[in-house]
Amino acid sequence: MADNREFFYRRLHSLLGVIPVGLFMTQHLVVNHFATKGEEAFNQAAGFMGSLPFVLVLETLIIFLPLLFHAIYGLYIAFTAKNNPGRFGYFRNWMFVLQRWSGVITLIFIAWHVWETRVQAALGAEVNFQMMENILDNPFMLVFYIAGVLAAIFHFANGLWSFCVSWGIAVSPRSQRIVTYATLIVFFALSYVGLSAILAFV
Amino acid sequence: MSEQKTVRFVITRQNAADSTPYEEEFELPYRPNMNVISALMEIRRNPVNRKGEKTTPINWDMNCLEEVCGACSMNINGKPRQSCTALVDQLEQPIRLAPMNTFPVVRDLQVDRSRMFDSLKRVKAWVPIDGTYDLGPGPRMPERKRQWAYELSKCMTCGVCLEACPNVNSKSNFIGPQPLSQVRLFNAHPTGAMNRDERLETIMGDGGLANCGNSQNCVQSCPKGIPLTTSIAALNREATFQSFRNFFGSDHAVD
Ligand code: HEM
Ligand code: SF4
Ligand code: FES
Repeated sequence: MADNREFFYRRLHSLLGVIPVGLFMTQHLVVNHFATKGEEAFNQAAGFMGSLPFVLVLETLIIFLPLLFHAIYGLYIAFTAKNNPGRFGYFRNWMFVLQRWSGVITLIFIAWHVWETRVQAALGAEVNFQMMENILDNPFMLVFYIAGVLAAIFHFANGLWSFCVSWGIAVSPRSQRIVTYATLIVFFALSYVGLSAILAFV
Repeated sequence: MSEQKTVRFVITRQNAADSTPYEEEFELPYRPNMNVISALMEIRRNPVNRKGEKTTPINWDMNCLEEVCGACSMNINGKPRQSCTALVDQLEQPIRLAPMNTFPVVRDLQVDRSRMFDSLKRVKAWVPIDGTYDLGPGPRMPERKRQWAYELSKCMTCGVCLEACPNVNSKSNFIGPQPLSQVRLFNAHPTGAMNRDERLETIMGDGGLANCGNSQNCVQSCPKGIPLTTSIAALNREATFQSFRNFFGSDHAVD
């Protein structure tokens, strides 16, 4: 990157990963969890989110633009690394590699997921329980959704850890270890929320 | 008499900076307490490879022979470390030696570590006290802080941490962990701290601090046990505050 912008871009990338993209993802998983309460509850919750005032502005500013920046710059970061877990098989180095792989998987999943739901909604389809039921009826798509959701959650949880280090919140080895455990809990908690929602459609 | 015990080496060699690397095998008689350098010296005395062909002696770098200069670093069985303290008895055979490819190879196992010295110049890793008149004594450093800083000052610019880092490579301009930790050292010094903001600004530039992706291989690999990732995280915190100071303006440019 030219003219000393790299620090700014990196910190922006880090911030956007948590606020707003990570927060949005968490919110999205929680709303989806209404599916476990039945078709009506889910349709009502999804309908509410879709009928928020200024929904297009909100979507653009809170989701699309930040995600686009994070994803494109994230790809650049991912492909400037020379992963070496074979030679250095330490825990954090594996997390480093998985952060990059999970980012790429997440990107593929999100692209497909947005096409299948949000873009179809813009083209006139109605996004509801029925639609998700139809998608997840296909065993291949079910596996794809589970993998995509788990990759995104891992990426967010481990990203929270690196966010804490990148901004100098967790400095000492002990504090970094405590944050590792805390983000592990985030990973399992969100995985429970996300997977139970997916399984509610099958 | 039983067969004589031998030691086998597979060495990645290269004749010049831009020639293609190749592997050559050697087999030497075992001697007790051999280390990698004494083996390389043995090959130098009698440069004959495993096939019995006469070959050229192997080039490598060394100086102190007691793990304080950092010159003799190379990849030994895949891991970067100092060859002067790599004991043959503790290594799996055949022992594979290769240059640290993060650096330009000069010949065989010898690499050019200049990039690290250039980084030290870039970040001003010294305490500036030269002037046209006597500036008098500087502020005192608390003894306990000195003891702590001593650990950071043990860096011997060996390059192991750069070799271990996945973000230091030909696709990236990252300066690596070694100069960053030195910024922490010189910013901790009471006189060095008078240029604290300058050093921070430098590492907040391109190829600097922000390129760290926290694989934390460096801290696992540093032969001097330098807390590199703690230094980096502490600098991340400093840089966060420095960026706020730069953006909003501040009365605390230095202190
Ligand atoms: C649901 C979408 C996503 C969320 C919630 C998310 C969240 C995060 C968070 C919180 C971080 C930590 C930032 C830091 O290191 O300080 C991060 C880092 C990262 N993200 Fe994402 N991300 C998402 C999508 C993506 C995508 C699509 C990519 C593209 C490959 C990507 C690539 C990366 C990379 C490479 C890092 C590591 C940066 C570093 O360590 O320097 N992310 N992400
Ligand atoms: S920080 Fe450690 S590994 Fe890195 S150059 Fe210095 S002594 Fe070598
Ligand atoms: S020769 Fe100085 S560290 Fe090995």
